Amino acid sequence: MSEPPRHTTRHTALDSVHRALGATMTDFAGWDMPLRYGSERDEHNAVRTRAGLFDLSHMGEITVTGPAAGELLDYALVGNLSALKPGRARYTMICDENGGILDDLIVYRLAEREYMVVANAANAQVVLDALTDRQGGFDAAVRDDRDAYALLAVQGPEAAGILRSLTDADLDGLKYYAGLPGTVAGVSALIARTGYTGEDGFELFVSPADAEKLWNALSEAGEDAGLVPCGLSCRDTLRLEAGMPLYGHELTTATTPFDAGLGRVVKFEKTTNDGRFVGRTPLEAAAKRAETSPPRKLVGLIAEGRRVPRAGYPVVAADGTVIGEVTSGAPSPTLGKPIAMAYVDAEHAAPGTEGVAVDIRGTHEPYEVVALPFYKRQR
Amino acid sequence: MSNPQQLRYSKEHEWLSAAEDGVSTVGITEHAANALGDVVYVQLPEVGDTITAGETCGELESTKSVSDLYAPVTGEVTETNQDVVDDPALVNSAPFEGGWLFKVKITEEPEDLLSADEYTAFTS
Repeated sequence: MSEPPRHTTRHTALDSVHRALGATMTDFAGWDMPLRYGSERDEHNAVRTRAGLFDLSHMGEITVTGPAAGELLDYALVGNLSALKPGRARYTMICDENGGILDDLIVYRLAEREYMVVANAANAQVVLDALTDRQGGFDAAVRDDRDAYALLAVQGPEAAGILRSLTDADLDGLKYYAGLPGTVAGVSALIARTGYTGEDGFELFVSPADAEKLWNALSEAGEDAGLVPCGLSCRDTLRLEAGMPLYGHELTTATTPFDAGLGRVVKFEKTTNDGRFVGRTPLEAAAKRAETSPPRKLVGLIAEGRRVPRAGYPVVAADGTVIGEVTSGAPSPTLGKPIAMAYVDAEHAAPGTEGVAVDIRGTHEPYEVVALPFYKRQR
Repeated sequence: MSNPQQLRYSKEHEWLSAAEDGVSTVGITEHAANALGDVVYVQLPEVGDTITAGETCGELESTKSVSDLYAPVTGEVTETNQDVVDDPALVNSAPFEGGWLFKVKITEEPEDLLSADEYTAFTS
């Protein structure tokens, strides 16, 4: 008999902080992560109205350096990363040879010859392997930096004010989707104006050794503004309200960016590598299909009742025919009703389409088809 | 958290009050409410329904999951808590009080209901 595979649960640098705060922990992609500290609804509302503090150290950082770092990323990813200005960030994807999505990513250009690719925890090894495979022939190096960083996020309308009290960095000059090195509470950090909540906010990449000091400083600085620690549960409802896709739900290897309604991230007009990039040919076909005869479209659904749709539940037409499937669903604290993202047949995808329902354990509950997102912050 | 001594408990995490004129009140425990997270929807049996010990008689939805509600005893439902239907958060904020779910006229009890101390040991 062979030995069973070893499952080692990983802990972030903030693990003892979470335990001291009494967090409910959950396994997420092999990491023991805080699900919630108290009520996930209260945490959600804190991010929408004040501020929330997240530990996102499970995310995977991969550094790409060298004279041809931009060319390598143009080839390996669907975006045009060589055109990204140093100090800016971009939402992009990495696809397989068939155009299927391997992961969605945020790429920061830290310097002329240095990029940081941030992958989802569950896909970090897949992305690292793919980038390493695709590195051949490029004068660039791919480095696994997963252990080099802890990641803290401050999100919400009060986030900028809280951070401003702890840093000399020019936050006003830091645009959305930009990042710059700086010092926060005496800790060296990459300060990025990014997030996954639909709110203004910052993500702070720091050495794991500094994580606890930074967490405590942010908690203290945010106390008067109503900042609370937030877990993964409210992060899911926040991103769902903001219409942001989640890998494994809206995005899979069976889906191309065009099928997910995110074709805009694919840049066919690349100036490097003669326009070659992994997945190009199937993605061109997917783009055409999405234009002329999309099979299904990603839509928003808002419940008329109170029962909550879950991933995998069938979406049905008035006559009971299955016309799609829920990919994510949750009660929306902001709307006060259950909401969902779902892929539905194109003919039922228009906002306002009548008669659409979700089969919730045998009962057809009426749902309204809406355009995404469900929630957009006032700027 | 402490489980009230005067109640009895099922292994499916319902509590049952001492019967008054044969009628007991049923709810879910604080332990179960905490495990569920914020409860957003409760579906209860209807007044007049006959429920059977160990069988599902409703459901509780929270942000992350849906759980069946099991009948801790066999009997007829005599009253349901409309307050908790209107405000499911009561299950979290007052599981042993305002968050009670329904009342049942007991015709038969299973033998494996737990005392408060036994339930505390069961969940620790």
